[in-house]
Amino acid sequence: MNLTLKVWRQKDASSQGYLETIEAKDINQYMSFLEMLDVVNEHLIVEGKEPISFESDCREGICGACSCAINGKPHGGHKGTTTCQLHMRYFKDGDTIVIEPWRSRAFPVIKDLIVDRSAFDRIIQAGGYISVNTGGAHDANSIPVSKEIAETAMDAAACIGCGACVASCKNGSAMLFVAAKVSHLNLLPQGKPEKDYRVKNMVTQMDEEGFGNCTNIGSCAEVCPKEVDLKFIAKMNRDYGLAILKGESRHKPDTISIQAELSELPID
Amino acid sequence: MSVIKNLYYSSVGKKYIMAISGLCLLTFVIGHSLGNLQVFMGKETINRYAHFLQSNKEILWLVRIFLFTMLVLHLWTSIRLWFENRAARPIGYFGNPTPMSSTFASRNMMFMGIVLGCFLVYHILHYTVQVSDINLIGKDFSGAEFQIKGQRDVYKMMINGFSHPLVSLFYILGVGGLCFHISHGAHSLFQSVGINSQYYHRILEKAATILAIILFIGYVSIPVSVLTGILK
Repeated sequence: MNLTLKVWRQKDASSQGYLETIEAKDINQYMSFLEMLDVVNEHLIVEGKEPISFESDCREGICGACSCAINGKPHGGHKGTTTCQLHMRYFKDGDTIVIEPWRSRAFPVIKDLIVDRSAFDRIIQAGGYISVNTGGAHDANSIPVSKEIAETAMDAAACIGCGACVASCKNGSAMLFVAAKVSHLNLLPQGKPEKDYRVKNMVTQMDEEGFGNCTNIGSCAEVCPKEVDLKFIAKMNRDYGLAILKGESRHKPDTISIQAELSELPID
Repeated sequence: MSVIKNLYYSSVGKKYIMAISGLCLLTFVIGHSLGNLQVFMGKETINRYAHFLQSNKEILWLVRIFLFTMLVLHLWTSIRLWFENRAARPIGYFGNPTPMSSTFASRNMMFMGIVLGCFLVYHILHYTVQVSDINLIGKDFSGAEFQIKGQRDVYKMMINGFSHPLVSLFYILGVGGLCFHISHGAHSLFQSVGINSQYYHRILEKAATILAIILFIGYVSIPVSVLTGILK
């Protein structure tokens, strides 16, 4: 099939971007969206033009590298699908497809469809970890975790940090990403000792990065390729409220007291 | 003090302020509706109720100051949030697609709030401050004509107040804005303070819509009844 692409072209972060119309000819319906872009790029290279810059890595929907908004919808807007898992059979011959980078102040465009998502890394550095001494791997079941908690934490941990939630949000809010990361650790016994510190710090970092505020519309959960639920945002809001009420969030618990607390397990 | 600082400056804190002040204002809106509907129970009932409210000056002013504070908090925080949200996405997508899974109300909370705010100013000047220049019928609600045995005849004031179609139309418009605002706000506030889960998320959404519809019918029934002559 033949398609007309309107692709966002931007030389670098400081340049002005624009939508360029590129014809995509002889596209196979079994191709993934990224394979289609590969084919288009090969043609562009042969023609001596600059190929479209886009991000990809695993191409099996688990790494979160691919990031582009297709017709205004991050990852194309199909349920639980990343751009790499979106196939060309969803499009018809003669379609015009608009391809843009993630739109958010906190994700500045580096080139064409590639945005700088290091704001997410800094949020993780602010509290998205547990402080325990490393060493040999523990026995898998030495800390009992109930089935329900384990499953819920796993649902949150499914977040691949692609940033589609931010990209889909009309306010450019990162609440779903931060909520998933906060909830994943705050739900589990290993993450509990630093619960208050974590939520407080990660929310503070999120605000500093210039993300917007949540207006509870739900676009983020709708577009999330890992179908992270809005309930995690509620959990983060709850944890945040409790953390600032307790006032304990200012100090990071020291590793010794965390170890001591964990040694008193089982909790659940 | 750090609690207040965190509430004021953080994104989640600002949403707490919006939710809690919104809830206080919503409680008033429900109470005000129930109070007003007593107009259908006759002249004596509504006048007795009005006198009960007006005669307890200490409580009346306490409640007024409290509600005003909540309103200012709600307004001020919403303006801050609105500007921050606009700044967080300087460039939108091509063709401005409608945000996924959004509703008319959730997209237009600010607009509905502005409609409601304009109406609120008029409404207070109309019935509370009783500025006779704006009621379009040229009667002075604070005059002797609207008094019975030294007490205010609120029943007569309501009938006269809504007798002008333009006044009633603006009232219906204002209440319409309010109810759209509530249809999103009344469930969104639970999410903002973290009292939500996947089990009752949909129930809360439906409950908010039903509440908004009930409030709309309740409020609008009064001017409609006056204009159609059911209330005389």
